[in-house]
Amino acid sequence: MHELSIAQSLLGIVLQEASRHGVSRVTKVAVKIGALASVVPSSLTFSFDLVKEGTVAAEAVLEIEQVPAMGVCHACAAEMDMSGLVAACPACGSKDIELSSGQELYVDHIEAE
Amino acid sequence: MADIEVGRNILEANQSMADQFRQRFAAQGIKVLNLISSPGAGKTSVLEKTLTRLGGRLNCAVIEGDIQTDEDAQRVAACGVPAVQIQTQGACHLDGPMIGEALEALDLEGLELLIIENVGNLVCPVDFDLGEDMKVAVLSVTEGDDKPAKYPALFRAAGVLLVNKIDLLPYIDCDLERIHDTCRTLNPQQKVFDISCRTGEGLKEWVAWLESWVKG
Ligand SMILES: Nc1nc2c(ncn2[C@@H]2O[C@H](COP(=O)(O)OP(=O)(O)OP(=O)(O)O)[C@@H](O)[C@H]2O)c(=O)[nH]1
Ligand SMILES: [Mg+2]
Ligand SMILES: [Zn+2]
Repeated sequence: MHELSIAQSLLGIVLQEASRHGVSRVTKVAVKIGALASVVPSSLTFSFDLVKEGTVAAEAVLEIEQVPAMGVCHACAAEMDMSGLVAACPACGSKDIELSSGQELYVDHIEAE
Repeated sequence: MADIEVGRNILEANQSMADQFRQRFAAQGIKVLNLISSPGAGKTSVLEKTLTRLGGRLNCAVIEGDIQTDEDAQRVAACGVPAVQIQTQGACHLDGPMIGEALEALDLEGLELLIIENVGNLVCPVDFDLGEDMKVAVLSVTEGDDKPAKYPALFRAAGVLLVNKIDLLPYIDCDLERIHDTCRTLNPQQKVFDISCRTGEGLKEWVAWLESWVKG
C-alpha cells in the first residue's frame, strides 16, 4: 500500500550511489524484498517507474528478487518454510523457532555506465 | 559498465530517525508504545479507557495519527492528557519525520509513557519503526477470527495483543480460541488481554500490566 514512499526512498539511495560513484546512467537496480515485507513487487515497479523520470535512473530496470520466508529451529537447527503458520519445528517438534529471512527490504546492487 | 555493490536498507532514513528517537526516549526514561489496528478496532477507545483508569498515576502523552481530522486528539485531550494530532494527508502509516514534528510540539520533560496511535491499517504501519519500545496490536472480535492468520506481520511483531469488543461475542461467530491459538503460534511471548471498552471487562488487568511495565 505504501509502495510509492518505498519507491521514493529507493530512488534516493540509487541517486546517492550514482553521484558517489560518478556515473551518468543507471541501467539496473537490483533489490531484495522479503516475502513478509508488505511490499507488492508489481506495485513497487509501477511506482519506481513513476519516480525515476527525469533522473540518471530514468532508464533503469528494477530487478526484484523475492526472498522466501524461512525459519530456523533453535533446538535442532533445522530450516523450514515460514510462509504459512508454523507452530512447531517439523523435524523435532520444538516451538523455539525464529524467522531467519523474509523481512528483507534492501538495495543489493546497481549497474551503471 | 559498472557494477556497484550497495547493500543498503531501503527504509534506512526512517530507521536512523527511529534509532535516534529510541535513544532519546531511553535517555529521558520515557516508555513508548505504538498502537496499531485496522480502522475502528478501538485504538482511541482503548486510549480513553486506559488513560482514565490510570487517573494521572503515570505522566502520559499521546501522538494521534489519522489521515484526516483531529477528532481522536480531542477525545484523548478530553481525558486530561496532552495529545498532538498528525494528519497524514493520505499516507497509510506514520513515519519518522511525522513523529519528529509531533515531538517538537510535546513537552517530554518528566514524561513516563508516550503512546502513539498509528493510522488505522493492519498492514503498512508494521514496516515503519517509530522508535517505540513495543507495538501493541488491537483486534476487535467483529473483524473475524481469521485476521491474525491473514495479516501475520502485525501479530508476529506485537508484544501485546488487545482483543477488543468481547461484549459483542454473543452476537457474532468469532472463535476467540482461534485468535489466541494463532497468535501464540506467531509470537509465543506475546501478552494477550481480552477486553471490552464498552463494559470495562479485562481493562483492569491490562492497565495493571501496563503500569508495572512502565515502572519496571
Ligand atoms: N461494542 C463495542 N464497541 C466498541 C468497543 N470499543 C470501541 N467500540 C466502538 O468502535 C468504534 C470505533 O472505535 P475507535 O476507538 O474510534 O476506533 P479506532 O481504532 O481508534 O478507529 P480509527 O482511529 O478511526 O482507526 C466506536 O464507535 C466505538 O464506540 C467495545 O469494546 N465494544
Ligand atoms: Mg482512533
Ligand atoms: Zn527442531
